[in-house]
Amino acid sequence: MRWFAIKSLRAFVTLWLVVTFVFFVLRLSGDPTMILLPDDTDAATRSFYRALWGLDRPIWDQYLRYVAGLMQGDFGISFRNNMDAFQLVRDRVPKTALLGWTALSIALVLGIPLGILAALYRDSWIDRVVMGLAVFGFSMPNFFLGILLILIFSLQLRWLPSSGSDTWWHLIMPAFTLGTGFAAQIARYTRSSMIDVLAKPYMRTARSTGAGPARRVISHALPNAAVPVVTILGFQIGQLLGWAVVTETVFAWPGIGRLLTTAVATRDLAVVQCIMILLAITMIAANMFVDFLYGWLDPRVRVGAGARTA
Amino acid sequence: MVLSVNDVTVTIDRPRRTAVHPVRGVSLSLKAGETLALVGESGCGKSMTCLALAGLLPNRAAIASGTLVLDGTDLGTLSPRDARDLRRRKMASVFQDATGGLNPVRSIGWQVAQAVRMRGGATRHAAQQEAVRLLGRVGLPDPERRAREFPHQFSGGMNQRAMIALAIAGNPKLLIADEATTALDVTLQAQILELIADLRRALGMGVLFVTHDLGLVAQHADSVAVMYAGRIVERASTDSLFANPRHPYTQGLLAALPDAMGASARLASIDGTVPPIDALPAGCAFAPRCVRASAICTSTVPDTVRGLACHHPGPRVRPAVPAMQKEYS
Repeated sequence: MRWFAIKSLRAFVTLWLVVTFVFFVLRLSGDPTMILLPDDTDAATRSFYRALWGLDRPIWDQYLRYVAGLMQGDFGISFRNNMDAFQLVRDRVPKTALLGWTALSIALVLGIPLGILAALYRDSWIDRVVMGLAVFGFSMPNFFLGILLILIFSLQLRWLPSSGSDTWWHLIMPAFTLGTGFAAQIARYTRSSMIDVLAKPYMRTARSTGAGPARRVISHALPNAAVPVVTILGFQIGQLLGWAVVTETVFAWPGIGRLLTTAVATRDLAVVQCIMILLAITMIAANMFVDFLYGWLDPRVRVGAGARTA
Repeated sequence: MVLSVNDVTVTIDRPRRTAVHPVRGVSLSLKAGETLALVGESGCGKSMTCLALAGLLPNRAAIASGTLVLDGTDLGTLSPRDARDLRRRKMASVFQDATGGLNPVRSIGWQVAQAVRMRGGATRHAAQQEAVRLLGRVGLPDPERRAREFPHQFSGGMNQRAMIALAIAGNPKLLIADEATTALDVTLQAQILELIADLRRALGMGVLFVTHDLGLVAQHADSVAVMYAGRIVERASTDSLFANPRHPYTQGLLAALPDAMGASARLASIDGTVPPIDALPAGCAFAPRCVRASAICTSTVPDTVRGLACHHPGPRVRPAVPAMQKEYS
């Protein structure tokens, strides 16, 4: 419970820093009315909108009003269409969540077994093929892989739709585009941590009790090898959201990533801020979850089990 | 015979270099309820011999020749799978680093229960109960609670007890203790050795006790095999080996024991170093360090006659001090 309280406090401070940073950086990046309003707008109209959106007030005043709004659950309104920013963002969440989870599942389902396989057949052709694929998957930029997939599966073969999100078919290419990079990273981490674990003396103990290879890998080695893999998973969830922006744009997937690209391009401050806060919350939550998993996997870091007896 | 090893050679293949033989023509035999000590310096092939017996050799190493008979069955006649089955039912190993030898993310009870299930095929629940019983048997206080704890919560000595519990799961006929007490301090060492001796008597196990500590050998072993550079150079009952060592290497080892030979004022040592296994001399591997070496020693490997591999063995003498071995601890 104490652990949870400390974590929550830390999360809150992080969130506040993110809000503040994003607020000031966005306001330093230029006047939204220059971009949102047509070029030939006269000065009077311009100052009318500035006053309407509160941009004519001193920046600290704007900041305090914004934070006060946040406390009451008010994320401001979109400059572009006068809708509640939070509402706009919330409508896009399910699509991005679907894409993200699918990509993450693909990454885990492909990456972990391939990593284990490469570790078991270390230095053999299997290892070389898997690691070759991993380097390929890792170094291929998302926009390039996405466009490549569209060229092959939409334009040439005409098997899959190239954009939109209406059916499950639409999900396949974006999820794979987003998932391959992570699958590659997870495979590499799984391989190296598995190689490490396989050489440990306790694996010899397992072997000495007569446990077969499959049992040794799954019940003895994997729980150990999973610890470092889970650790990087926390970082990866942050990356995943970053890469989702690119992937959603390539496939016209109506998620948060695409909303963010348009909102940034049009200086729709309230929407950008809202998305940033959401991303920060997601990352904080992901890291808390990883910490929790970490403790669950490794009794040495489990809270309250630290004391060495005898 | 629980174990009979005949002329076993272990080969390690090395990429782009010649293969090496860390174990060369080793023969050993061990009766139920007895302790055979395998003694020698680091790197002499003791551990490699154990790994070969236990079927735990690393990838590039393999038994190149010789026979291994475990409780009446020649392992060489079995398929790898059957050999693994036989080994897991009949033998168990305890190694030096008990804390490293236990899985850090699994509870002690889980690990012992796994060994029980592997060796006996019990149900999960029965295996857990048996694990708790075994942990109690090896002298862990409050085994029910301890079974739920993890290796990092145990001391080194407790982990070694847990390792022994894991080893005796399923009542093996043969226990290999490879430097099992080397890392422990002296009082703990005595406790663990006592535990192993107690289990040996109670379960009628043969114990292959690997050590470099001759003091322990004198106290705990029925017979001794002295290993040098991959070969057994002298094999004898503990009493006769200590009273009447005949191989110059054994004599050197005993002379190097503090107070072993009674009155000598300063510690003796053996001049020279052990030859590396990829550059062994042509004849007797000990010849370069041996005071009695002659021309034949540097050209011809001595045959093993009645447990002794030497061209110029020391004289057979009557023991000057009978039953002196109790003093070496």
